[in-house]
Amino acid sequence: MTRVRTPRELEDYRSGLKAARDGNVTTIALCTGTGCLACGCEEVAEAFKKGIAEARLGDAVRLKLTGCPGFCERGPLAVIEPQGIFYQRIKPEDVEPILTQTVQHGQIVNKLLYKDPSTNQRIEKEADVPFYRKQMRLVLGRNGLMDPTCIDDYVLLGGYAAAARAVTTMLPEQIVEEIKASGLRGRGGGGFPAGRKWETCRKAKGEPKYVICNADEGDPGAFMDRAVLEGNPHSVIEGMIIGAFAIGSHQGYVYVRNEYPLAVKNLTIALAQAREMGLLGKDILGTGFDFDIAVSRGGGAFVCGESTALMASLEGKIGEPRPKYVHTVEYGLWDKPSNLNNVETWANVPLIVDKGAAWYASIGTAGSKGTKVFALTGKIVNTGLVEVPMGITLREILYDIGGGVPGRKKFKAVQTGGPSGGTLIVETADEAVRASMEQAGEIGPSETPTSLLDLPVDFDELTKAGSMMGSGGMIVMDEDSCMVDVAKYFIHFLIEESCGKCLPCREGLRMLHGILERITSGEGREEDIQTLEDISATLIDTSLCQLGSSAPNPVLSTLRYFRKEYDAHIRDKRCPAGVCKALVGYAINAECAGDALCVKACPTGAISGGAKNLQVIDQSKCIQCDACYQVCKFDAISRVRRDEANAVQAAARRDWKPVKERKAAAVAAP
Amino acid sequence: MAETQMLEKVERIIGAYEASPTALIMILQEVQGEYRHLPREAMEIISQRMDLALSQVYGVATFYKAFSLEPRGRHHVCVCTGTACHVRNSRSIVEKLERDLKVPRGETTPDGEFTLETVNCVGACALGPIAIVDNKYWGHLTVSDVDRMLAAVRAKS
Repeated sequence: MTRVRTPRELEDYRSGLKAARDGNVTTIALCTGTGCLACGCEEVAEAFKKGIAEARLGDAVRLKLTGCPGFCERGPLAVIEPQGIFYQRIKPEDVEPILTQTVQHGQIVNKLLYKDPSTNQRIEKEADVPFYRKQMRLVLGRNGLMDPTCIDDYVLLGGYAAAARAVTTMLPEQIVEEIKASGLRGRGGGGFPAGRKWETCRKAKGEPKYVICNADEGDPGAFMDRAVLEGNPHSVIEGMIIGAFAIGSHQGYVYVRNEYPLAVKNLTIALAQAREMGLLGKDILGTGFDFDIAVSRGGGAFVCGESTALMASLEGKIGEPRPKYVHTVEYGLWDKPSNLNNVETWANVPLIVDKGAAWYASIGTAGSKGTKVFALTGKIVNTGLVEVPMGITLREILYDIGGGVPGRKKFKAVQTGGPSGGTLIVETADEAVRASMEQAGEIGPSETPTSLLDLPVDFDELTKAGSMMGSGGMIVMDEDSCMVDVAKYFIHFLIEESCGKCLPCREGLRMLHGILERITSGEGREEDIQTLEDISATLIDTSLCQLGSSAPNPVLSTLRYFRKEYDAHIRDKRCPAGVCKALVGYAINAECAGDALCVKACPTGAISGGAKNLQVIDQSKCIQCDACYQVCKFDAISRVRRDEANAVQAAARRDWKPVKERKAAAVAAP
Repeated sequence: MAETQMLEKVERIIGAYEASPTALIMILQEVQGEYRHLPREAMEIISQRMDLALSQVYGVATFYKAFSLEPRGRHHVCVCTGTACHVRNSRSIVEKLERDLKVPRGETTPDGEFTLETVNCVGACALGPIAIVDNKYWGHLTVSDVDRMLAAVRAKS
């Protein structure tokens, strides 16, 4: 690798790389992010390496192992360049046809193309897939184009040009002004203007100063920061170089979550390469500016995503937060001025310096500029990462990009903002939701308030409506999700993460959990709802920190929109979603095809019926493990109230017909 | 003999991080990687060599979830119970593993083969419910897949 000493040399190096790239070489860009790793992309990569070697295609093909382009649902993914053919759900056995048909003869392997479920058409190019069509991929865009462990790939895409320009042609104050003018706001959830934070830190007294990247992405269901660090670590490094120069810092830290080993690996490689090229270290690009970055791995504590706890952890201490009135931009790491931004925020910085604040400020809404990456997860057709311009509605994200709820299930809610402080966004036109809100006295008898789903994604709009942008995790829930169970889940999560320092949070959360446990096990009492509300109010008023004061949110928001579900648990001893084990019985209905998959799956031998016959669950043996429900492909397992299970099975015995007869009847009917 | 070996190993790890207090968590992680837990003797060496109070080392070792003071099993079974996995019923997977391994979550089987744990989110939500066994990801799990998964792990050892 060449060491570049001036911006000129960096440009020459880039031109050299461009000239050396052979236009006739086919590139297979295969995603090897964590999502695709879990889908078996390693085996696919091995098959490609073997296939390329065996067919002696080494000179004509480059296998590029890239980071995550976002469409995790359809992984493993690959794009064949220069044609730009997008293949998905690739298995090792698909490698041979890709190499012989596409690479050698330019033909498309039809079955590997994405099929648009709404038109049934196969789609050839990535950009035409509905999942990508409404996206604007500024931060994630280069993930699929580069090997994150190869700095040349990043340089070829124009990488480090912004940092070079910033440190050689701009004054630190100018950079701060540029970031301020761009309107960039913190992407970790708070939405604080990044330029203002930089300015305060720059002006703060005390040396040395630190720049820190928060990669302790702890909110379950949010994984955009992981994707950026794994797939394009150089963009974060470049952002931090620019930030450090603007603020006057010579040492940076990236604090990465313990659960992200691949991010640590790729970042460490990228840092070594940037150092070797002279983009980090002493006298960067001959400017006399020194800066380096160290990686620090977390130990698995949710609270360390909070900036003061993160800094304590960086110092090698217990990650306990401290009061907020001491600002970390003035007294942060080792009590020195410290500027902390999250991964996505840092990755935006080179784009702004490269294309200008005016360009950046032209994207988005009045108060929220640029794009935001969301992680779509849970009960949604297209799970994955989506990057959209600010101002788009949540409904567009969920339906146009996310493809809505899978199966014939009904949408119930989307949870944003993580376990602490998160909110539920619901369909207010839904009658059950509307009735709940009416019962809570929030709306009049015939009123239907606008759903937050139709609000634009914008820091201020969402806050005004009582929600928040959050870190970008969106967990979709459908009719199979029990909202009392969801509230219990979050409270349990927070009990484990509460530091125990103040009584309201320590004891209050346990009390809330106890009541929710009682309700979900069929022992709920009428007065429980009032008690839940009272304890919640106490937590909000008296907890020491944000974790405690926002902890009751899951309880209050589920009560607000899904009061009927609480009532069903308490009064009818029924869990409408069929989740709460103590209330649910499993029964086989008349849809049973007699394939006996459930018989094999049942761990207690409770199911019997004989081949091609209606199966029956012996209720005395059933342990409600859900195995039969998960294997059945015919919706033949009903999750009903425990004491109704036998009645459902009796009805099935009456109505059930062998599959052959059902098919015949269906043909005979018009 | 074992003691000098431990002394050498731990000192080598501390040396790799230049005994920097910032690296305490990472040093503990590497020591745990060697011994599958944090032996008291190792924490004493760290305390002496890094000039930190043993109580501080112990405090960090017990605050963060990544550390264990008890030896962990040869195989590490970790089920994701993040929100996205929870709404896809990861609980049924944990309960199945608890039944099959005959230990509650957070504990190690008496024969030292398996440790069963849960994690708050691994960020592979598209594949939920998901378990990570000895660094290998098992996605889209159903209760019935667990038998196959455990059989594959047992076959390896």
